[in-house]
Amino acid sequence: MEQEVKELDLANLVNKEIEKHGARRDAIVPILSEINRVLGYIPNAALPEIRRHIQIPYEGVFLADSHLYSAASFYKMFSLQPIGKHVVRFCESAPCHVMGGRQVIQALQDELGLKPGETSEDMKWSLLMTGCLGVCSVGPVFLVGDDIYGNVTPERVPEILAQYQ
Amino acid sequence: MKVIRSMVLVSVDETSLEHGAQDVFRAFLDEIDKFGLSDQIAVTTIRDAGIHGDTPLVIVYPDAAVYGPVRVEDVHTIVEEHLYKGNIVPSLLAMMHELVPEISWMRRRQGTLPVQKRIVLERAGIVNPESIEDYILYDGFQALGKALTQMTSSDVIAEVEKSGLQGRGGAGFPTGRKWSFVASTPGNPKYVICNADESEPGTFKDRLVLEGDPFSIIEAMTIAGYAINAHDGYIYIRGEYPLAYRRIENAICQAEAHGLLGDHIFGTDFNFHIHPHAGAGAYICGEETALIESLEGKRGMPRARPPYPTTYGLFGKPTVVNNVETLANIPPILRNGAVWYREVGSPKSTGTKVYTIFGDVNFTGAIEVPMGITLREVIDIYGGGMKNDKKLKLVQTGGSSGTIAPASLQDVPMDFDSFRNAGVSLGSGALLVCNEDTCVVDLAKVILRFFRNECCGKCTPCRIGTLRLYEIMCQISEGKASLLDLDLMQQISEAMSEVSNCGLGQTASTALLDFLKYFREEIEIHIVDRVCPVGVCPISGRLPELHPVS
Repeated sequence: MEQEVKELDLANLVNKEIEKHGARRDAIVPILSEINRVLGYIPNAALPEIRRHIQIPYEGVFLADSHLYSAASFYKMFSLQPIGKHVVRFCESAPCHVMGGRQVIQALQDELGLKPGETSEDMKWSLLMTGCLGVCSVGPVFLVGDDIYGNVTPERVPEILAQYQ
Repeated sequence: MKVIRSMVLVSVDETSLEHGAQDVFRAFLDEIDKFGLSDQIAVTTIRDAGIHGDTPLVIVYPDAAVYGPVRVEDVHTIVEEHLYKGNIVPSLLAMMHELVPEISWMRRRQGTLPVQKRIVLERAGIVNPESIEDYILYDGFQALGKALTQMTSSDVIAEVEKSGLQGRGGAGFPTGRKWSFVASTPGNPKYVICNADESEPGTFKDRLVLEGDPFSIIEAMTIAGYAINAHDGYIYIRGEYPLAYRRIENAICQAEAHGLLGDHIFGTDFNFHIHPHAGAGAYICGEETALIESLEGKRGMPRARPPYPTTYGLFGKPTVVNNVETLANIPPILRNGAVWYREVGSPKSTGTKVYTIFGDVNFTGAIEVPMGITLREVIDIYGGGMKNDKKLKLVQTGGSSGTIAPASLQDVPMDFDSFRNAGVSLGSGALLVCNEDTCVVDLAKVILRFFRNECCGKCTPCRIGTLRLYEIMCQISEGKASLLDLDLMQQISEAMSEVSNCGLGQTASTALLDFLKYFREEIEIHIVDRVCPVGVCPISGRLPELHPVS
């Protein structure tokens, strides 16, 4: 049942993005982004769905699923497996590190019981590392989903995470 | 909030201190307080004013008046006459001919400090970024109107070339020349790409422009399109900036609705369309050929060059790729003319530069100042000095791929040429200020880990080099390395910077080479004594007394 819903979603999602960007090569990353945003990850079934839409023989564009897999597996914001309901992304760049990031990532690991890159068994949390988020003046910084937290101290970590059920 | 309208700098070098600089400094604080000006005037110290006859020196901005020698009894007069009433006190001014070049050169920047000279960020924070009416009210689209109705495309290119504008993405390539290359390259269609994939750690100047003044980028891209005869432009915005993407999307919609973008712009025959495009998290896509690959829906792996994007760019067509900050300079240049633009900044590096400043300073954020300001001024004036009065150890300029400027280089004027001569890169304008509590091994490890993670894997020197360098640095921090490893790192770094395919591999070891140059002793202590002087590396258990490390 759940699988069917997803397939329907996929077709809709792909169609919606194609309408916006056109069935062109430059639509590929935006389509993948949208699928990743809505479903939380890019399922295997998405690749042939996209491929069927972006075939432009007269421009010499013949995509294979492997082309799409190659793109989907390259970008850090994409996940190819289901990940946690709440995704914590900690900025591991030098500016946040200098401003006390080490203690914060330690606190995050302790609080969540996860190592960077791991997802909890109940699929509630994922702890990921990210590159610079461009808010270095308030480092250290991490994201929970789309919410951004700056000037974080290890002491604030539990109360921030407690907001997410 | 305090609005600082004036800044008093008191010199506190050795001779100044002998001549009572401390008392003068305190007297200024007292007098300014008596006149009730504490909220408007900042008093700070400046080291190495570099003069011996007239100490202590007192420099008052924004007038750039240099007083000296100042005695405690003169302070009342300066505060009352200059700061309260606004009249410079000629009898107390230092003799200009006795001033060292650094100070007399500061004199030339009258009117620029502490007020920032804003060109790129002129409207950011002032206009409503979601309203085209607001933008138009603040001179918006005047430059585009002027270009389309009064200038030919070669006029536009000539004006940009004359302004001396250099690309602000890091390389500093002259923008006008890049445009004229593309304009003269046969091929149709041509493309304009705005590189808004600002991923260099510590850099957020482009975000401020995209979020605060999105219409200026729309206007500038359209001008670029007119100059090179392109009809399509792409803005590649990094995936981590969702707000910037929404603002740009909205700006495009509004501009199209007002006939300022799309078909028949300003009622002329010129058509230009802009397509926003969001990245998906890859540092390497800031490299222009990787960005183009990514736009084409592929892995963001840099191409082999030549051919450069100016001849073989997006979809194999001639393409201009400009950074956000570079583009934001275009409308003011066309509106006010190249001559006006050349007056700002130093003669060889014109205009302003947006810096982002963060780390161990009191105030963090972004500033836009004329080219040629020094690091010391940025830290003391805009950064509000070092946090907790700790000592400055080093500044990393230009993000993680940038160079390390030790404290000894903080008086070099920051413009492309002077910095290059001093072996420092201006790069993206990020200034990571680190105090004495920073361990260079630890910092190098974080930087090298970043490049190991972000390496795209296409070329061998970078793929293997970034991993090996990170491994060796980890071993050093664990006390498991030998001195020979330093030579090995030097060799790997040099090989990477010479033979890597793109800027990532070429600059991944920039900071490391600088650490080896300026802080070798501290790294050797980790290896030989198996001690981390600062006490953050894994080898440090109980620490012996910290020895001063130069």
